[in-house]
Amino acid sequence: MDLSAINPVLLVASLMIAATPILLAAIGELVVERAGVLNLGVEGMMIIGAICGFAIAVETGSPLVGFVGAAFAGAALSLLFAFLTQIMLANQVASGLALTLFGLGLSALIGQGYAGQKPPPTPRLDLPVLSDMPVLGQVLFSHDPMVYFAIAMIAATWAVLKYSRVGLILRAVGENHDAAHALGYKVVRIRILAIMFGGACAGLGGAYLSLIRVPQWTEGMTAGAGWIALAIVVFASWKPWRVMLGAYLFGGVTVLQFNLQAAGVSIPVQYLSMAPYVITILVLVIMSSSKSRAALNAPAALGRIFHATH
Amino acid sequence: MTSIKTILTGAALALGLTTAAFAADTTKVGFVYVGPIGDFGWSYEHNQARLAVEEAYGDKVETTYVESVPEGADAERVLTQMALSGHDLIFTTSFGYMDPTMTVAAKFPDVKFEHATGYKRDKNVSTYSARFYEGRAVIGTIAGRVTKTNKVGYIASFPIPEVIRGINSAYIHAKKVNPDVEFKIVWVYTWFDPAKEADAATALIEQGVDVIMQHTDSPAAMTIAEEKGIVAFGQASDMVQFGPNARLSSIIDNWAPYYVARVGAAMDGTWESTDTWAGIKDGMVGIGAFSDKVPADVAAEAQAISDSISSGSYHPFTGPLNKQDGTVWLADGEVADDGTLAGLDFYVEGIEGDIPN
Repeated sequence: MDLSAINPVLLVASLMIAATPILLAAIGELVVERAGVLNLGVEGMMIIGAICGFAIAVETGSPLVGFVGAAFAGAALSLLFAFLTQIMLANQVASGLALTLFGLGLSALIGQGYAGQKPPPTPRLDLPVLSDMPVLGQVLFSHDPMVYFAIAMIAATWAVLKYSRVGLILRAVGENHDAAHALGYKVVRIRILAIMFGGACAGLGGAYLSLIRVPQWTEGMTAGAGWIALAIVVFASWKPWRVMLGAYLFGGVTVLQFNLQAAGVSIPVQYLSMAPYVITILVLVIMSSSKSRAALNAPAALGRIFHATH
Repeated sequence: MTSIKTILTGAALALGLTTAAFAADTTKVGFVYVGPIGDFGWSYEHNQARLAVEEAYGDKVETTYVESVPEGADAERVLTQMALSGHDLIFTTSFGYMDPTMTVAAKFPDVKFEHATGYKRDKNVSTYSARFYEGRAVIGTIAGRVTKTNKVGYIASFPIPEVIRGINSAYIHAKKVNPDVEFKIVWVYTWFDPAKEADAATALIEQGVDVIMQHTDSPAAMTIAEEKGIVAFGQASDMVQFGPNARLSSIIDNWAPYYVARVGAAMDGTWESTDTWAGIKDGMVGIGAFSDKVPADVAAEAQAISDSISSGSYHPFTGPLNKQDGTVWLADGEVADDGTLAGLDFYVEGIEGDIPN
């Protein structure tokens, strides 16, 4: 055993990279769920973002254009879900699962010919003084821009939901769509916009995987990250900052256990791997243990179909 | 997620096959893959062999496949659907399909099964595997020679005999040419998850590893090695396109001759339950070309080992070899028998760490 082989600075830096894809996807899904819609298609939107971002970045040579394209692709795919659930009033769970299947298949189709290609590198932040600081510089100031963008998204989502009128309306729609409708808010329109936001975020998360974290395209490369993002939203009890905590915890556990293993520490890998899920279950149990707690958390209209009767 | 995908692909498959079942004189061959066919590793090579079967027999054979099938209960359902929909021969191409294959095979005695890398057989279940450890001996030699930090990283999937054999073989041969070499082994508990494989590679590199070997299915580790400027070996497939500078050599699985022969046997009625374990000699294990990063003398040394294994004059597990705890495993000159190798569950002396259970 040689714990000194683990460099805590590098560990934190890799942890942030490992957490960013699920962080982006989870914050998008949080907004969708706060609007009262359960979209289980996160995995499908992520992988579409991964391949579209990759393909666009390869073709244009610009990772930035790739990320923008990935956001649009994710949002475009989510429109399919929005059409099914908001216009056709289809079941959200079934539509979400279908979206995941569709996304996985479509991405494999688009991705033909892109395997083995190299995406253009995303430049890392290089601030004159800050990035050169011994420890803080590496932990805080030398990542790629998407890491900061993801954290900024958390802050923005939190502020908008908590302080702005838009956030209030969004939450109203998610808590009681009939009341919101009676007040004159366009429930369906607001929900479609929320779904598109979720799709764009998931697309960005997927593109982060294919452009920065793994830098390659492989079929099915999200390998369940979308489902982890869904679990994080529940773990976070629908609160933005807790999403960040959850993403860093879920991402961190993986990176930490690999480092411990490489350092020769004999740890029961299985237990560490399942820790985040156990914590999620515990959070759910605690949340549902009393009515007052439950009422504080899940959006009341989550997953319910809205049909304007008048 | 993959399980849901499997249900639906399975259902779609069953639907498609009920219509096709009327064409009776074609032989129907099914393939079950653990990852996507586009993984450019393990499942990709199995699918290449499926295409070779189609090419060899044309209209006389009809092949189907289901990809990304999780090991365990999901596999049993996919296999049952395949058996019900009139398949004559089914290839199950991952170790974790062993028990599902046995269960379904017992229910469908008329359907023939071929299970890769397992050890359970029945009158309608054959097993086949490649002696990957022979390839590991070759690339282990190269790894021992080229490492400058004397730390070789090994990304392992599951603690099963096949993976443990690979680690032991690579270590023995790296150690033989470089007594100071140290193996850092990370278990990722998945065959295919590019993000995890990439994280494992990054963790290893951060701890001073400068050569990476893997026993997982995606080229993620190769990509990371390329990015970080270290070297690695292709696994299952050549993977050179993912690491033009990083790739030293590779172990390539070539299932096509076996698949073509077995499908042929099923067609002419000579199919019998067999246990095949083929290596470099039979061409099932291929060694990818040595890149120019491999010094000429090292390449010659590695080639010599490959040749001696191929000719049968050398066995990668030849004594004296001790187990990790220091007890004698093989006496001087003694060669490990296939039975012991098939169930190998211990490290050889010198490897640090425990095998997770």
